[in-house]
Amino acid sequence: MDLLNALVALTNFVVVPGLAYGSQLALGALGVTLIYGILRFSNFAHGDTMAFGAMVTILITWLFQSMGISAGPLPTALLALPFGILGTIGLALLTDKTVYRFYRAQKAKPVIFVMVSLGVMFMMNGIVRFIIGPGDQRFADGERFIIKARTFKQMTGLNEGLAIKTTQGITVITAIIVVAVLFWFLNKTRTGKSMRAYSDNEDLALLSGINPERVVMYTWMIVAALATIAGVLYGLDKSFKPFTYFQLLLPIFASAIVGGLGNPLGAIAGGFIIAFSEVTITYAWKKVLNYGLPDSLAPDGLVQLLSTDYKFAVSFAILIVVLLFKPTGLFKGKAV
Amino acid sequence: MTETMKHTLLFVFVGVMIVLEGMTDFLFFSGSWNSALVILNMGLISAIMAIGVNIQWGFAGLFNVGIMGFTALGGLAVVLVSTPVIPAAWSSGGISIVMALVMGALTVVSAVMITKFLPAGKLRTAVLLAVLIVGFFVYRAIFDPAVGSVEAINPALQGNIGGLGLPVLLAWPAGGLLAAGAAWLIGKTALGLRSDYLAIATLGIAEIIIAVLKNEDWLSRGVKNVVGLPRPLPYEVDLQNDPGFVERAAGFGLDPVLASTIYVKAGYALMFTAVLLALLWMAQMALKSPWGRMMRAIRDNETAAEAMGKNVTRRHLQIFVLGSAICGIAGAMMTTLDSQMTPGTYNPLRFTFLIWVMVIVGGSGNNFGAVLGGMLIWFFWIKVEPMGILLMELVTSGMAEGSALKAHLLESASHMRLFTMGLILLLVLRFSPRGLIPEK
Repeated sequence: MDLLNALVALTNFVVVPGLAYGSQLALGALGVTLIYGILRFSNFAHGDTMAFGAMVTILITWLFQSMGISAGPLPTALLALPFGILGTIGLALLTDKTVYRFYRAQKAKPVIFVMVSLGVMFMMNGIVRFIIGPGDQRFADGERFIIKARTFKQMTGLNEGLAIKTTQGITVITAIIVVAVLFWFLNKTRTGKSMRAYSDNEDLALLSGINPERVVMYTWMIVAALATIAGVLYGLDKSFKPFTYFQLLLPIFASAIVGGLGNPLGAIAGGFIIAFSEVTITYAWKKVLNYGLPDSLAPDGLVQLLSTDYKFAVSFAILIVVLLFKPTGLFKGKAV
Repeated sequence: MTETMKHTLLFVFVGVMIVLEGMTDFLFFSGSWNSALVILNMGLISAIMAIGVNIQWGFAGLFNVGIMGFTALGGLAVVLVSTPVIPAAWSSGGISIVMALVMGALTVVSAVMITKFLPAGKLRTAVLLAVLIVGFFVYRAIFDPAVGSVEAINPALQGNIGGLGLPVLLAWPAGGLLAAGAAWLIGKTALGLRSDYLAIATLGIAEIIIAVLKNEDWLSRGVKNVVGLPRPLPYEVDLQNDPGFVERAAGFGLDPVLASTIYVKAGYALMFTAVLLALLWMAQMALKSPWGRMMRAIRDNETAAEAMGKNVTRRHLQIFVLGSAICGIAGAMMTTLDSQMTPGTYNPLRFTFLIWVMVIVGGSGNNFGAVLGGMLIWFFWIKVEPMGILLMELVTSGMAEGSALKAHLLESASHMRLFTMGLILLLVLRFSPRGLIPEK
């Protein structure tokens, strides 16, 4: 039995990746949930908005790299991020103006909006593949690790190493900053308050003189920024491939629904719930258990509940359980 | 020009396009009858899928984005029904696999029973968790060794439990049944909630079905694919070796190779047309029946229909299962046509969202519209690529030879497909939301 090593192994393989992935999902789910709260539909184009934002950022990153601009130990992509956000905001406002506004004026049913977002998803997907191609792109540069496994072993004298990638650290820190700013904006500023009012009760908000088009515009800007940040962080941490971003849609929706659609706090909680369930259920626990349990109890197999190929099944199963027992989500979301 | 005239002309237009594809190689046409028949066959299958989706969306307003999953289940049915029996697989582990699956199903059923019949409280949660955890480990304990032994049998060719060795045509209804079963499970959980939830749930189940097909090698060999599935029609090679056939082909002045390929493809086209017509007839009769009127009444105003004593959730479940079953049949037909099962090729953009474009463009709520949309959009899906390349060649013709931009543009032309399909969907939704052949 060696609890310290068990703890380190657990942190290395479960907690750190879970935190990073959870932050990425939470940022994505925040975007979905904001659109749901204000515009009242599930935006199927969100994954591809993330891909678009990440793509713009990658292109600017390459430009910066060719010009010799770098952020020292940090990835150059962080410098390019603001430009990516601007580009995505432009695209989001353009789609809203050309596509969604028409249906808003018509007061179309939510399901029509969902279908329209499907068309938008198709087009964005096409644009991204057209510009950068369907392949894998790696664009992380700078220092790779905050702590290397070997350094950690030497420092502590433990058998197990703990490696924290720079991208994981950046992901968590960025997510904390973004969420703090977002909540400050929603709770303290005039625009943020008008957004919440509009989300709670549209008619009442209109009566009190809130301009709906302005609210919608700000929502799209925030959502575009969130999507770009989430997309870039995910791309830095893993790699950028347009199809993966489409597949992220499922865990992101699961996070938003588990937390309660339309509820920003719920989206964050949901993101971490989904991420940690995925990581813990698909992780082979043999190592941790070998350290943590007395030798007589040590397991023979890998102790992996599900193979990693089924990580989507995990988010899906959680989604189904929540839909069955608490369709409004854990944090009281909007109507069923 | 009357409405009927216009609609007939639309169908004639699709027919002319396919005939042109066979006759001329002008612009984006290929001038090969084989290629024309390939487009026709997949067009017919797409039309059947479009009817399935139209039943769900057009009749009842249900939004299913898991068509890919139901299609793939149809493909799985072909493998399970028509491939030869592998006795060794059954004696070594097949029975245990079935037992394990029954065990897993029993666990889930008992969990459902517990939540239904025990009063809510700590006791229920504890019992529920215990049943689930014990059930899962028992399931894995039976399942894992059995899978190992099945996959060990002749892994280069088989390594799966094989099929039932039945005629492949039986796989078509079997595919429908498999898809219907999956649809029932999904519908039971997600129907009766917000309309978007069904969309998200179906999106998820489709991904999971594909993941299962890719990874469960004992079932359908996963990404190693099952090739050489039995066919309802003779093989081209056999035809070419048949003197009678060669003679008849010569009588038409045809080369035996060309004649045999066309014979097989035309045979499929006839079979698919028969299925399509049968399903179309059934869908039309259903639409005109009191049941169809009730469905549309529910779609247009759920509250009113409920007040009239209709059980909206049950009717939704019913129609969701029916529509998915049709997609399953189409999926089985497609796998039969390819005579191989390749889980890696199932792509949601192609198998789910493209079908949606077909239904919307054709005219949601109208079965003929769905058929037209299926054929028309399939033709364009195939032809957008050569059209895109033509367009790009035109655009880049002024650019310097060998410039990076020109190379990139030409190379990316194939990605025009998704963009064009999205654009078509958005344009139709905006300017002609009732589609080419609107609902009456």
